[in-house]
This record gives sequence, C-alpha cells and structure tokens, in this order.
Amino acid sequence: MGAADGKFTYDVAIVGAGVVGAAIARELSTYELRTVVLEAGHDVGTGTSKANTAIRHTGFDAKPGSLEATLLKRAYPLLGDYAARAGIPLETPGALLVAWSPEQLARIDALRLQAKVNGCDDVHAVSAEALYAAEPKLGPGALGGLAVPGEGIVCPFTMPLAFATEAVINGVRLELDTAVESIEPDAGAYELVTSRGRVRARWVVNAAGLSSDLVDRMMGHERFTIHPRRGQLIVFDKLASPLVSSILLPVPTPVSKGVLIAPTVFGNVLLGPTAEDLDDRTGTQTTREGLDDLLAKGRTILPALVDEEVTATYAGLRAATEYADYQIHCDAAQRYVCVGGIRSTGLSAAMGIAAHVVDLLQDAGVVLRHAAGHREVRMRPVGESQQRPFRDNDAIASRPEYGEILCFCERVTRGEVLDALAGPLPARSTDGLRRRTRAGLGRCQGFYCSATISALLHDRREPPTAQSRDADDLVASQVPRNR
Amino acid sequence: MTTPAHRAHWAGRVRQVDALIVGGGPAGLAASLMLRSAGVHVALIERERSLGGIPRHSRHTGYGLRDLHRVLSGPSYAAHYAALAEQAGVEIHLTTTATDWSAEGHLVTTSPSGRVQWAAKAVLLATGCRERPRSARLVPGDRPAGVLTTGTLQQLADLFHLPIGERAVVVGAEHVSFSAVHTLLTHGVAVAAMVTDQPASQSYTLLRALACGRHRLPLHVDTDVVAILGSERVRGVELEDRRSHARWSVPCDTVVFTGAWVPDYELARTSPVAMSGPHPRVDQWLRTARPGLFAAGNLVHAAEPADVCALGGRQAARSIVQYLTHGEWPERGVELVASDPFMWTHPSQLTSTLERPTRGRLLTRVRHFLGPGVIELVQSDRVLHAVRRPRLVPNRSISIALPASLRVDLTAGPVELRWRQAR
Repeated sequence: MGAADGKFTYDVAIVGAGVVGAAIARELSTYELRTVVLEAGHDVGTGTSKANTAIRHTGFDAKPGSLEATLLKRAYPLLGDYAARAGIPLETPGALLVAWSPEQLARIDALRLQAKVNGCDDVHAVSAEALYAAEPKLGPGALGGLAVPGEGIVCPFTMPLAFATEAVINGVRLELDTAVESIEPDAGAYELVTSRGRVRARWVVNAAGLSSDLVDRMMGHERFTIHPRRGQLIVFDKLASPLVSSILLPVPTPVSKGVLIAPTVFGNVLLGPTAEDLDDRTGTQTTREGLDDLLAKGRTILPALVDEEVTATYAGLRAATEYADYQIHCDAAQRYVCVGGIRSTGLSAAMGIAAHVVDLLQDAGVVLRHAAGHREVRMRPVGESQQRPFRDNDAIASRPEYGEILCFCERVTRGEVLDALAGPLPARSTDGLRRRTRAGLGRCQGFYCSATISALLHDRREPPTAQSRDADDLVASQVPRNR
Repeated sequence: MTTPAHRAHWAGRVRQVDALIVGGGPAGLAASLMLRSAGVHVALIERERSLGGIPRHSRHTGYGLRDLHRVLSGPSYAAHYAALAEQAGVEIHLTTTATDWSAEGHLVTTSPSGRVQWAAKAVLLATGCRERPRSARLVPGDRPAGVLTTGTLQQLADLFHLPIGERAVVVGAEHVSFSAVHTLLTHGVAVAAMVTDQPASQSYTLLRALACGRHRLPLHVDTDVVAILGSERVRGVELEDRRSHARWSVPCDTVVFTGAWVPDYELARTSPVAMSGPHPRVDQWLRTARPGLFAAGNLVHAAEPADVCALGGRQAARSIVQYLTHGEWPERGVELVASDPFMWTHPSQLTSTLERPTRGRLLTRVRHFLGPGVIELVQSDRVLHAVRRPRLVPNRSISIALPASLRVDLTAGPVELRWRQAR
C-alpha cells in the first residue's frame, strides 16, 4: 500500500489534484523525481476545477505586475501547445466586452490600456455597430466595447485528467480518497497523516484549492484565509448555440469579472457566474435567487437565450482570499511550496503556475534532471470541434462499439464508455464517467441513457485504483519521447 | 489499419429507400406496418437495442384500447408491435441513431456498421418525447445522486433490475406520476409524498384513490420543490406552500420528476422546419413545412397515450402513400395557434378545409385548471367552431372533435384556439 507505507520517502508530495495540483504533477513527472499526489476527492478535478466558466483567459484585465498577470501570460502559449498535443478541447472564439452604460463605456479605454500593459496588444475598442454586426442577437442598449481576440474556451474536465494521466503514466503516484489531516516534520522529511495512512516526503507542495489555507496552517503558517466565492452557472441547450459566436463579457468590477455568456467546447451556451461570498467551503448549492439573477442578466445580454431549454445548472466555489493576488510562497528551508488562493483563473494559469513552481524548486536547490523516455498523453475527443467517434467511420470500422450510441444527446458511444471505465485513470462513478465522456450531461440529463450506463458501471464497480493496471493499456496514443 | 479503398467505401455509403421512419415506438411502428402493407419500401431506424419505445418499460395496463381494441400492459403492447413489424418484413435497423442532416438534405445515421446517408423520398420523424429533467426545471439546491425522471426510474427498475432507493418523493400528480408511484411501490420503495404545483391531482380520481388511499400517500397540492438536499445522495427535499409560503422538508433518498413533456425535436429543428411552440408545425396529414418530411406521435403532441400515437402513425403512413403516389405538397395553409391558457395545438397548421386530422380531433393542453367555459376556434374574429366544457384539467389530454368541414379561409390569417370562461 503506497499511502500506508511509511518507510518509502517521496521527493515531493503534492496535496490536491485539482487542475493546479495535476499540472504541477505533470510538470514534475518530466523530471527524475519520486512524486505522490494526495487527493481528498474520489477523482481528479472534482473541486473548483470542474465547476467554473471554462474560459481560457488572456489575462488582459489582470492587475498589471501581479503574479496572476505574469503567470496567465506565461501559461497562455503553454496551454495552447499542450492542448493541441494532448487533445484537450480548446477553441479561441475571442471575447467581446460590452459596455451597457455611459459609465461602463467611459472605462473601456482604461481597460484597453491595461490590456496593452498586460501584453495583449491585439485588444481593441469596437463600436456599438460592430458589436451588433458580430453578434446580431445581442440585446438592445449596447454602447460599445472591446474586442479581446485571444480569449478562448476549454474543457475543464479533460484538462486536469490529461495532466494527471500523463503524470501517472510517467510514474507519479496518485492517491485518491486520501485527505491530508496533519503534517509532521520527521528527520529531514515530512510525514503526511492522511485518511488512508501515512505518506513520507521531503518536499510538500500545497495545491489544496479551497483548503489551501488549512494545509498552510498545518505547515505552521498564518498567511491567508480562503473566503469561498460561489459562482452559479446555467448551461443552455446546444440548439441555442447559433445565438452567439464569441464570449460576451461585461465590464469587470474589482470584485468579479461579472456575468458572461459564452459558447462551450461542447456546443452549449453558458450563462454565469454569480459572485456570492460564503463561509461554507462545501456550499455548492444553486439557489432560486442566484438562478433568477442570472436569467435576468441573460435576458439583457442575449434575450433569445433565456427562451431556450436549460440543460444543466451548477455552482462552484472560487478559492478567493483577502488578497487580490495568488498566494504562492516557497520556503526553501522548510522544503515547502504553497500554491493557494488561485481564485478564478486556475484553468488558464495552471501550466504557468506549474512552470513557476518548478522554478521555485530549482531556486531552492532541488536537483531537477529530465527523466528519459517521458511519455505524452493523447486524450479521447469529447469536443464539438474534434472528430468524435460517432462521426468517424474508420473508428467504427476498427471497433463497432464506437458506432453504438448510448447517450443520444451527447452522442457518446459504448466504446467511449468502455474506454473511460479502463485506462490509467478510470472513471469510478457516474460523475467520473460524465467528466470523461459527457455521457448523461446532455439535454435529457439521463432520461434515456442513465439506466444503461448505470448498468455498465454496476458491472465494473470498483475497478482497481490508478496504477495497478498496465498504463499502456488504454491511453489512446502515447508518443514516446526521449529528452 | 484502414486502406484508402476501405475508407472510401465507408464514406460513400448511401442507401435508397422510399420511406425512412425515425423511431421505433408506437407511432413509427404503426406507420411502418401500414406502409409495408401498401407495398412501400420502408426502413425503420431505432436508436435503442429493441423496438417499442416508452411502453417497453411502463408496466401498468391500459395500452392498446384505441388502436388494437384490447387492453395490454406496456411491455406486451411494445412486444406486440415489434412482432408485427418483424413479421411484416419491415426493414429494421436497431442501435442506429440519426445524428445529422447531410448537405444534400439526407438524414445521416451512426450504427455499429458505420455511417449511412439515407436518400429517402419521404422521412417520418417519430422521435417521441421525454420528461423535463430537474435541471431544466431550474430546481435549486445540491446535485446529489438519486434524482430521476419516471423514464429513468422505470428503465432502472424494470429493464436493468438495479436498486432504486428506500424512500422517494414524486414530483407531479398526473397520470405518469401515478405510474411512477406504481413502479416505486412494486420495487419496495416507500413513497414519502407526491408534490404538485397545481391545486389538485390531475389524474383520475380512481388512480389517485388507489395510490393515496391504500398506501396513505400524502399529496401536497399547490406546492413547489424549492431545494434538493444532500451531498453524495439525496437526503431530502425542501417544499414550499405556494399560498402561505411556509417551508418544510421531507426526508427521502430518491426524487422522481414526472411529466412536463419535451418533444425530442432536435432533428426537426436542425432540418430545419417551422416550429409551433416546442413541436414541429404539421397539418392534418402530419406534413411539416419541408416537402417529404413528416412528423407523428409524441413529437407533435407531447405526450398523448401510445394508442393515439399509433393512430397518428397510421395517418402519417396514409399521407406518405399519397405523397409517394402524387408528389404533391400543400403550398399554403393557415397556422393554428394556441393562445393562453392553451399550451399548444395539434395539428398546428390547416392546409385544407375538408381533410380532418387523426380521429377527426384537435388535441391541446392547458396550463391550469379551468371551467366551465367554451373552447373556440377563431379566425379574423369569426368563430369557426365552439365546444362547451365543464372543466379543463392541466397535464391531461384535451381533444376536440372537429366538424367534417371547418369554414377556414386558407387565404386569411391564423386560426386561434381560445378559451372563453363562462360567467
């Protein structure tokens, strides 16, 4: 048992397998390091990473000079390249930031200058006429705005899964259902006491998201407190997708980026998020007030949208703190890196954060040697812009199960479901299966397929955990690579 | 590995048929039988592994009255039609899903044997309907496991024999809600409560008495589900009385959302054809706005009983035979529109003054309890037809027998379905 074995000493223990922890794990897996990831949840990416706007930010409106601005800029090309290699659905429809009042219009030029300082030189002002030409269904009253061509959309589920899968096939140990309860110093290393036993590691990297302040306290610090900020979102039917082609942003306030409307990589339309400060770190409920507020805002921005059928509603918590910027600190003497307070740009910045953490480790004296034979990962296509198996005659010819559609709304085939139930990081629940394949996430929300899929999952209940299967087994294609 | 020749073979598969039927439920099967007996080359595609549609997993009795003139259970009814279609030699393709329309306007399907473009002279959409899930009803709260629709419940219980839960709350009090109660009780799940936002049950008194009386099932009327509680699994629902706004919670591990039918209109909307509310707009002969494209069953009236769907399927088949023989498509017609409190009408277009719809009846639904009063068909302030009704019940079929000839002016504006409350 990896988690229970107190004898073995890992070089690095990463606490948390959200998109940030998984990105760090992937980055570390390229080096000769023995790394373990301890995740309290049942799967990777089950906290903030799975419930957000799925926007890939350029950082055009970030506070200039902040670590957030720097890491967003650093992450942008890294994520673009990686998504293309790993098959993560990512599109760049661009954003239109719309001013609805003279006060908002007056701020447009300052935002354009801010974008320039942040290195987004392609951001430019657009007239009301140009807005309506680009988005004819935009509600009346838009006065003008900004075009932000680099803003994009990404699959928030595939991203942490890709990072974690690549980490696992390159030797990183992933322990799920493993909550860190306390951390004890022990002769040049740490003993992490978890819900499943003790883990020993020399370095601790805290990527615990909504619990990052608690883990920071376990390490003896008192630097920041997480103040969860809830965001509720509404996903509209795919038949609504012709209504909008770019991301429609409001003029941001100091508190929030505001309620936006965006296409998703699956072909839906997203409306949200709300911004509600909570004390409860588990408060992911949607509320009547929140949904009503979103519908009212949606009716202003894109009136035809709210007449379409709703596919799903959800809510996530942003790991906000009392500070405006990320809380990334490296204590070399303590062998500890804190990666906390990644409030709302975690998906976009994850790869930049991971690269930054590697720099911090290197500066702190950790010897990093590239591992030979690092293998990349190729995720199965789940995005609308990708070649999905149900449309792929060659795939069906090679395996007829790719022609048997189980989830009719999202066109998920039996082959894809079986794939997701196997592999280095198999789905272990209906939710895990949804995040890997989208089965049951469509407009009928499982009216037709959830029974069939429950039965399939029931047959394969409790598959073995992470690496006990041959990693080669079912990853679609892995490009062996020597450095 | 696939060779280029192999690839070309796969990409180039086009099938020629006279009529293609999309959907192997009651409407599609009944249509296929009639087309076959008229000698039409017909293919039927069904996305599931077996024929029959919704009745397959609806165990209660009462199926087949109007079309087969006998009473069967849902699964027997489905099996009966499936057997007839097979005996009649209908070309049936199971596990075959229509996904797109090609640039040529052909329907494209995916199945384990690959992608096929169907070059059909006539296409009948009989894709049915489904219940609106919790998310689309915007019911707030947690998102735990254990939140179902009747459809999912019945498939889990009756097709896959999987465990459901121990204590359920049923949302809705119409016929299908009682069908859900029946399924739950048969599978040993206690029903903690039924909840409806309407002021009374919308099902037959007898059904209600049976379910609520024998099992002491509390029915909360004028009540909304305002939150679902529970992190992993449902642990209760929060209810609110619409009149007093009093709130209370009911512990349960399962919530079944029933009714609130949504037609499966994706292929109609992507075709695209004109819509009438949630349904593709069709005339008395189930013709859409696009020549050669027909729609029948609960895709055009969500949701009527299976036998009404089957009779609609037969009507569509007669219409398809006419079209294949004469190639005529009506150029003009007047729209038939539902005005509040009516939700929709079927048919939703009138293209002739003489031809009557299926069973000579117009179908509709209302949003809330009404009556007594008069249902009127009005065109340009002229009352074409009027029927008195003592009471209209929401979520229940309302059918109006039409006279042999409606004095509709096919060159004038739309015909409106209106309600006039008696004083």
